[in-house]
Amino acid sequence: MVKKLKEVDAVLVGMGWTGSIMARELSRAGLSVVALERGASRVPGDDFTLPNIRDELRFSVRQELMQDPAQETVTFRHSADKTALPMRRFGAFLPGDGVGGMGTHWNAQTYRFLPSDHTLRSHLTERYGRKKIPDDMLIADWGVTYDELEGHYDRFEKLCGLSGKAGNIRGKIHPGGNPYEGWRSAEYPNKPLKPSLAGVMFGEAASGLGYHPFPAPAGNMSAPYVNPEGVRLGACQYCGHCERFGCEANAKSSPNTTLLPVLAKEAKVEIRDRCYASRLVYDKSGRKVTAVVYVDLRTGEEIEQPAGIVVLSAWVFGNTHMMLHSGIGRPYDPRTGKGVVGRNYCHQIQSAVGVFFQDKELNPFMGAGSLGMVIDDFNGDNFDHRDLDFLGGGYIALNSTNGRPILNRPVPPGTPRWGSEWKQATAQWYRRAASMNCQGSNYASRGNYLDLDPTYRDVLGRPLIRMTYNLTDNDRKMSAFLTEKGAGIAKAMGATHIAANPRKGDFDVVPYQSSHNTGGTPMGTDPSTSAVNRYLQSWDAHNLFVLGASVFPQNAGYNPTGAVGALSYWAADAVVNKYLKNPTHLMKA
Amino acid sequence: MTEALPRRRFLIGAAAGTAAVTTAGAFAAPDQALAAPEGAPQAAPRAPAPATAPAASAPEYVPEPMQVLTAAEAAFIGAAADAIIPADDLSPSGSDCGVVTYIDRQLAGAYGAGARLYRSGPFSTPQPGTGNQSPLAPLEFFRAGIAAANTWVKATYGKELDGLDGPQVAEALKAMDAGKAEFAAIGSKPFFNALLQMVMEGFFSDPMYGGNRGMASWRMIGYPGLPATYADKIETYRGKRYEAEPQSIADFS
Ligand SMILES: Cc1cc2nc3c(=O)[nH]c(=O)nc-3n(C[C@H](O)[C@H](O)[C@H](O)COP(=O)(O)OP(=O)(O)OC[C@H]3O[C@@H](n4cnc5c(N)ncnc54)[C@H](O)[C@@H]3O)c2cc1C
Ligand code: SF4
Repeated sequence: MVKKLKEVDAVLVGMGWTGSIMARELSRAGLSVVALERGASRVPGDDFTLPNIRDELRFSVRQELMQDPAQETVTFRHSADKTALPMRRFGAFLPGDGVGGMGTHWNAQTYRFLPSDHTLRSHLTERYGRKKIPDDMLIADWGVTYDELEGHYDRFEKLCGLSGKAGNIRGKIHPGGNPYEGWRSAEYPNKPLKPSLAGVMFGEAASGLGYHPFPAPAGNMSAPYVNPEGVRLGACQYCGHCERFGCEANAKSSPNTTLLPVLAKEAKVEIRDRCYASRLVYDKSGRKVTAVVYVDLRTGEEIEQPAGIVVLSAWVFGNTHMMLHSGIGRPYDPRTGKGVVGRNYCHQIQSAVGVFFQDKELNPFMGAGSLGMVIDDFNGDNFDHRDLDFLGGGYIALNSTNGRPILNRPVPPGTPRWGSEWKQATAQWYRRAASMNCQGSNYASRGNYLDLDPTYRDVLGRPLIRMTYNLTDNDRKMSAFLTEKGAGIAKAMGATHIAANPRKGDFDVVPYQSSHNTGGTPMGTDPSTSAVNRYLQSWDAHNLFVLGASVFPQNAGYNPTGAVGALSYWAADAVVNKYLKNPTHLMKA
Repeated sequence: MTEALPRRRFLIGAAAGTAAVTTAGAFAAPDQALAAPEGAPQAAPRAPAPATAPAASAPEYVPEPMQVLTAAEAAFIGAAADAIIPADDLSPSGSDCGVVTYIDRQLAGAYGAGARLYRSGPFSTPQPGTGNQSPLAPLEFFRAGIAAANTWVKATYGKELDGLDGPQVAEALKAMDAGKAEFAAIGSKPFFNALLQMVMEGFFSDPMYGGNRGMASWRMIGYPGLPATYADKIETYRGKRYEAEPQSIADFS
């Protein structure tokens, strides 16, 4: 027997960045909000303290803060003619879990996407003609432009207290910042972090080659900061334990450090941790979701929470899963190209360039989650693709994030993996190596998508999400181009050894790549190719809003969360200022 | 593998170890290394850490009792760990650093039992790119792998791994690393990959898990461990080697 509770104004599924932003904005507008989070509650002052928070084995290798694959995982295959097998451990990406979600243990590299990334199909068609875009490349315009989002990007950056240097303030180019970025209404709220030696060397080499290096925008505080919510963050200690850990210094912007302290005091917001949503109750004829059904993991009880507004903020797989499992929107079919839920699934095409310096002491353990120097000269469409046989690009960065020795002790190519020679090399190079990151875009392809697995199930008995995904020729060519540019910078830096590894072959779920998965519930202005409209409102249920990178129609050459944060404020604004006044479809199909 | 005694006897405690940490005293702590940085909210260590005993006078290594590994299994892992991390002037051998203890404890605990592992069927052989699909939890996987390895080693060399001399152990492991050793059920490469990963974890993780005794690996590479507050050092040590007596979780607890 499902226990039915009293209706609330809004219920949210998932309490990461997107859920926290929406909860804050809805409560500000006076709504009663219930947020369901399957994982535990996490409080920085209790949970992220010395000495145990600096335990590489526990947090980085065993991934204690992330989703437990024993509860729920993803099945994977390269193409629709194969049988998918479960990821028995997470590898390529690490889904979040717990109040704060992935934002608790992210690096906080926080970019804005390029204006052209938001209108990709129109932009490329205009510049190169329709024929330049391959038929099976499903790229699309977002339906909302950069100009419309600018204020929301700005709000997210101020919430986070980003450290950085603007390159373009209201159209005026500022030296030292990124000249390719879209216009900004203001400088970053915090000054850039102090660069590492490797970063300085990268910057000098890149400038020497005529590129335009700038400090990576960082949600790691270069100085103590009080955000517009009145919450205080500390200064970053360059501790090298950012990604995969909570921050001991309270210096990393995360939902836990920027918004949750405020939400904890809001009488109208109730966060129910250890509450695992299993499905949405969908009234197809009314085109409304009436409730969320969840399991209280403390008691095992099944509970139905009715609500006027339902928000999916359960990240890429969770959002897509919930829509497919609840029968909302037509599932995408790669054979016919019809259907929208599960469509436009993308990852990130990253590659690394290892650099080794015989005579430089780099102290790799001094780092921060977003301590880096970056160039954007080969990102998006910042360079001419007319004579190139691919579209897209990415940034090239030298990030000094960590020298934690279980997983990070690079040795030059050709060194054996173990034995005396390996030991010698490890002792020699550990302190003299750095890694450059070529963070490439991934443009949606017809054969890459998500649906429900016919065989494997999660702990709630639901079918697992199935990921059908592989690299395309466009991805491999883009990666070869970008990695070669990275190797060119490495050479200009005077590296003794260079290990350039462009992405080749097929996708592999085992090695970690990035948790920058996107798509599955793409946004747009055409209901035949998008699952949600430009306000992130479901075309099939007007009181359902879907937040997060699952709405990206394609992935850009950036970390996603800046854009995710901006879109969350954009959608919240639409709910509060449009939907509440007239609760119906905000766009005509 | 400079150890003359048979590994098995060594590991079950018949012989005392030799594990003085060879790099002892190499890294003196500069004064500021332990000082709490100014204005670091919550980030400063609670108190200056107790001075760690110089590693040269660290208590002699006494082999620890195994929780789940049999003597034969422990001997196999010890022999493998010493080939993967041979003793030299950079560090003691893998087993002297506690790698066998580390692996035994990991396999005895939640990890060995398959915690955080999706274990529902059906099971099938892995496809390219799908990762390990073994229905076995790590403890059982290692058990089966060691048994298969020993069968192959015995058929090839006439003895089990811990009975071979150093160069032969390395040769046998190389065959497994290359996937050329013929194992009955578990592929020799997946087994070796798992073994290598565990040995490296045991060598480099915090000593509280039983490996990395005396922080030998951290000394070897110059990793200072905790407390990791470098806001006042990232610039001053630019291009300069930062040296500090490494500190582990126990030093702060
Ligand atoms: C190691 C790491 C480093 C990263 N570094 C960066 C970076 O530097 N820059 C960047 O831009 N991005 C980075 N990311 C990605 C970034 O963290 C995410 O883009 C962002 O946090 C996503 O926010 P979200 O709210 O969409 O999802 P999440 O934070 O994942 O929140 C979703 C929440 O929903 C919960 N949930 C899911 N399903 C259910 C259900 N059925 N019922 C109840 N709750 C549910 C989950 O437990 C989770 O807490 C990183 C990620 C990782 C893992
Ligand atoms: S690097 Fe800075 S922001 Fe990241 S965890 Fe350490 S102190 Fe916090």
